[in-house]
Amino acid sequence: MLEALQFEFMRNALLAGLLASIMCGVIGTFVVVNRIVFVSGGIAHAAYGGIGLAFFFGFSYLMGILGFSLLVAAIMAAVSLKTRQRADTIIGVLWAVGMALGVILLDLTPGYNVDLMSYLFGSILTVPTSDLWLMLIIDGLVVLTVSYFYHDLVSLSYDEEFARVRGVPTKILYFLLMAMIALSVVMVIQVVGLILVIALLTIPPYISEKFSGSLLGMMFYSVLLNVFFTTVGLWLSYTFNLTSGASIIMVAATCFFISILLERLRPKRVSI
Amino acid sequence: MSSPVIEVHDLWFSFNGNPVLKDVNLTIHPRDFLAVIGPNGGGKTTLLKLMLGLLEPDRGTVRVFNHSPREAAGSIGYVPQEIGINKGFPISVRDVVLMGRMRGGGGWRRFSRPDKIAARQALERVEMWEYRKRRIGELSGGQRQRVFMARALVGEPKILFLDEPTASVDQKGQTDFYALLKELNENVTVVVVSHDLMVLSSYIKSVACVSQQVFFHDAPEITKDMLEMAYHCPVELIAHGVPHRVLPKHSGE
Repeated sequence: MLEALQFEFMRNALLAGLLASIMCGVIGTFVVVNRIVFVSGGIAHAAYGGIGLAFFFGFSYLMGILGFSLLVAAIMAAVSLKTRQRADTIIGVLWAVGMALGVILLDLTPGYNVDLMSYLFGSILTVPTSDLWLMLIIDGLVVLTVSYFYHDLVSLSYDEEFARVRGVPTKILYFLLMAMIALSVVMVIQVVGLILVIALLTIPPYISEKFSGSLLGMMFYSVLLNVFFTTVGLWLSYTFNLTSGASIIMVAATCFFISILLERLRPKRVSI
Repeated sequence: MSSPVIEVHDLWFSFNGNPVLKDVNLTIHPRDFLAVIGPNGGGKTTLLKLMLGLLEPDRGTVRVFNHSPREAAGSIGYVPQEIGINKGFPISVRDVVLMGRMRGGGGWRRFSRPDKIAARQALERVEMWEYRKRRIGELSGGQRQRVFMARALVGEPKILFLDEPTASVDQKGQTDFYALLKELNENVTVVVVSHDLMVLSSYIKSVACVSQQVFFHDAPEITKDMLEMAYHCPVELIAHGVPHRVLPKHSGE
């Protein structure tokens, strides 16, 4: 591993992994406790439509995917606030339509050929330094926003009705949370791919939820776990010449199953 | 009496086109102890949520201390039904109680020293202080209910709404719980949704029967008319060996 660090691409990959870990650990905690994994998956997939739009109409790739996924996130937030029972169906539809739109627009754009595989699994080994800076900025924004609204977000996540009775602006916060999910998902997709985003958002918070005393602790342990997964995964992919994104996911998945096994073995101390 | 705590005027509410509440008029006075009873699906919880401002009426108005429920948020305490949601949520008992001091709107450092002192007092009041560091999901249903009670009290409410507060509490716990409510009632208006009027009957001062319409009775008893209109049969009320008289003397005739 140490000799691998002499390559710039490897250093960038590790840094990208670290920055993605922070974002996914913090946002993933809210995704898991609010049970909006499906929504996050929907945003991540539908964002592909933004790539199609950007290439077809010839504007910036980043603007396309950011604008489109924020729009999709806003629609999904509105739908899940309005009609809770039907929300998952509508999210599923947006999920599919977004992807299909992206594929068709890219078909219609002559000369461009965005590899769907790299969208799915990313290319953490080819992250340019400029993307690292952008990720750092988004990381900072997300961490600042979450710490400013920390108690509001906790009360929204724990008991939305009670929070509303206390005058917490839950609707605005819900849109804010969705916007942050969209922002992080889009940033991280560019680097590590869609599938890895879902894995980093869900697996570490799921594991750390069991032994954390607060959401803050859960975020902290999730970030640590993410850093561990990405680093070990990258090392395995370097050593055995495997696809990096998939290697990271397999490391995370192994820990996920071990944690479930440990929980089964542990005597229960929860009453009633 | 002094000005009312709650005034519900000409209120209508429907859900997905089905009427839930019709033409509701209700006035609750200070230091009342109101039991909201009625059949399941009759609209008890809906009425409570309308008074809390969690739902908006189709027609009519709800005024709390002559303000909208949202504006009156600071004087409202709410103990929701304990249905064991979010049990895995990583949060300590103390942090749950501190939520009752939320005032909405962000801020770097939210909870002040007075907030923490109030949280301690509220937890001591429900005898849960020693559990302050436990995760909320590790408690029993009854203990969690007391924590929710502390969360409602910590905001020093002038009116307390409770939705089926003793659904998951054992007999001894219920008695303690209502004794505490009675004590609080010396300063605080209490509105309890329950379908178990038996337990409540020696504490309450008035009854509202909810079954699409609301029948208010300003005494701790239910009349035969209310029963007939609210329930299809009164069996539910007189079935379990009555410890306190609830029906007025002549209702059996």
